[in-house]
Amino acid sequence: MKTHTLVVLMQDRPGVLNRAVSMFRRRGYNIASLAVGHTETPSISRMTVVVESDHVEQVVKQLYRLIEVLKVSDVTADPVVEREMALIKLHVPGQQRAEIVALTEVFGAKIVDVANNTMVIEMTGGPSKVENFIDVVRPFGIKEMMRTGRITMVRGPRGHSGADLVDAQWQGEGMGAVGSVAQ
Amino acid sequence: MSEKRTGAQILCEALIQNGVDVMFGIPGGAIMPFYYAMWDYRDQLRHVLCRHEQGAGHAAEGYARATGRLGVCIGTSGPGTTNLVTPIADAWMDSTPILAICGQVSSAVLGKDAFQETDITGITMPITKHNYLVKNVDDIAYVIKEAIHIATTGRPGPVLVDITKDALQSSTVPDYSKKIFLPGYRPTYQGSKKQVKAALDLMLKSEKPLLMIGNGVMMAEASEQVKAFAERYKLPVITTLHGLGAISEDHELCIGMPGMHGWVHVNRAIQEADFLMNIGGRFDDRVTGKASTFAPNAAIVHVDIDPSEIGKNIEVEVPIVGDAKMVLFSLLEEEPEETAVAQFHANAVTWMSHIRELQSKHQHKQQYLNRPDTSMFLPHDVYAAMTKTLNDRGNYRVVTDVGQHQMWAAQLIDWHRPRTHITSGGAGTMGFAMPAALGVALAHPEDTVWAVAGDGGFQMTNQEMITVIQEGMKNLKIAIINNGYLGMVRQWQELFENKRYSGTPLTSPNFKLLAEAYGWKGIIVESAADVQAAIDEAYATDGPVLIDFRVEREVNVFPMVPQNKSIGDMITE
Repeated sequence: MKTHTLVVLMQDRPGVLNRAVSMFRRRGYNIASLAVGHTETPSISRMTVVVESDHVEQVVKQLYRLIEVLKVSDVTADPVVEREMALIKLHVPGQQRAEIVALTEVFGAKIVDVANNTMVIEMTGGPSKVENFIDVVRPFGIKEMMRTGRITMVRGPRGHSGADLVDAQWQGEGMGAVGSVAQ
Repeated sequence: MSEKRTGAQILCEALIQNGVDVMFGIPGGAIMPFYYAMWDYRDQLRHVLCRHEQGAGHAAEGYARATGRLGVCIGTSGPGTTNLVTPIADAWMDSTPILAICGQVSSAVLGKDAFQETDITGITMPITKHNYLVKNVDDIAYVIKEAIHIATTGRPGPVLVDITKDALQSSTVPDYSKKIFLPGYRPTYQGSKKQVKAALDLMLKSEKPLLMIGNGVMMAEASEQVKAFAERYKLPVITTLHGLGAISEDHELCIGMPGMHGWVHVNRAIQEADFLMNIGGRFDDRVTGKASTFAPNAAIVHVDIDPSEIGKNIEVEVPIVGDAKMVLFSLLEEEPEETAVAQFHANAVTWMSHIRELQSKHQHKQQYLNRPDTSMFLPHDVYAAMTKTLNDRGNYRVVTDVGQHQMWAAQLIDWHRPRTHITSGGAGTMGFAMPAALGVALAHPEDTVWAVAGDGGFQMTNQEMITVIQEGMKNLKIAIINNGYLGMVRQWQELFENKRYSGTPLTSPNFKLLAEAYGWKGIIVESAADVQAAIDEAYATDGPVLIDFRVEREVNVFPMVPQNKSIGDMITE
């Protein structure tokens, strides 16, 4: 199946993330990665979803059926900046510290915590770079790892600003209960 | 209007302001404040007490389907709302505009597994067009307005509003004037002129064109425009299950129903056609059979108000997103070159006579089940008499349940007017007919409403018979096609499972006595000779009547396309 990256702008109303995810589940679209958060525009949230489907047009149309969804863009073929982040807690005995430090420098990762036998590394980068780094440090012994979903932004002046979607009547309208992405 | 009102009062006023005048429901703990307030508005807001929330939901659906207006149903929190789930799913599949108002436990205990707490917004998320959990009294007026707007515009559908008890009990100064603001919801009504022209150009190049019309035509009230368009180009018209009656079956261009239990000549025509325009149908698998084999030679134009329906099941040449009526207006406005039209007409006439010839090779309508060689009491005998009676008397609506009797009704009764054939299509909900007919009969007191059901489906919701009595309704008649089986399942078992009748033989109560217990008249018919007299007696009786037609047990619905087969491969006997 083909992998597509979709950027979705939606009204930030209670339950909106649930609606989107529930739709993916019931229609059998496989989510490879998902990230959601606030945008530059109050009351609009933005989701980057990486979806595996041979019928991405249907996925897009089904997203548009959700009342809160304002704009869906398939950016798979666009020039984009893509980032994921991972926090990795490694088992690092003292004698291996230098080696880890060198590796993190090569990858441009950051050591954010050092303890007796562990280190926590913050790795940010494109999906394959994060993947590579994990492969390289895995032999040292990963005690814990947490990865985020992918966030994506189109390069250059073109893009997906929520401000473009905001009408003059936008602010102060709609339901009172605005402003909670994660419900 | 600057006085403070309780949330429940605001709910009543918001409903009235948005055109609601009847509601079907059952009270209970969490929704009680609404019922308390309702009493003061009872002259404007009629409440029909049902016996089960599923009945209330189907009644709301029947009301909506028979009128094109919003149907409203009410349940209290917990089981009261889970009982609404089936009608909500049914309305979702058939794009029926209903509003479900649900009581919810107080916001203070919400999420704490309080008594009768159920996450109904979570449960109904996949089967509603939209839903709301309202915890603040200040939101009620606006949410009701927005909910009704969403339910009734674009592609209609069910919307659920769950309101906590404390929101209903608290007070505020309502603001009914807040304008609807839905930046993500802007249905397209006007079809693209460019696409309309492309569709017509494509059509005029064809020699074997077909027009297929579905539920969208019914909901857009576009019957007149369908007729005008078909007549303008002499197009043979196919009516899907939910399109029945959108054009009269007497019309020379109407060729009938397609699909699993559609007519052979219709399915053959689809397989031969080189052009098919589907307006307001969604290419359901019961219409297409195996989708990859559907209309293999046809260039397909699909008109639908919901873009997600286009290209979902069937690949199309020209998609047109828009309201059926608006698109038909646009199609009618086009003025193609007359010579092209004349040539098109000539081909269409030849094509039509070919379809009629196909039709003549296969038995059609009432002749289909006619067996002069038998003394058995066949379902056909009921439908023949009923059709004759309906045609003679007029002013009827027929509500069917799900199964064999439903397909016979769709096939055998003559459908002439929109919104006279009401059934559960997409969801196939057994138990739909009786309560839905209640809603239909209430909406159209001038019509005689027939609920036609099987003995199986009827027993799923027959408790609503007493609702009919409590409401003093007299224009409702029930015909049970009683064959002692869950007949459609039995038919599949006979045809595909070597007559292994597992779980299908069905014992029923004495329906006549049951009817009498409910205060209805009950009639038992056991021979073909008594059918007409029973129907006449039903009409002569000033009150609701149930007729138990005890028909031959093992009769099949033909023609039939086996599941996932091409509609070109029909079983005809």
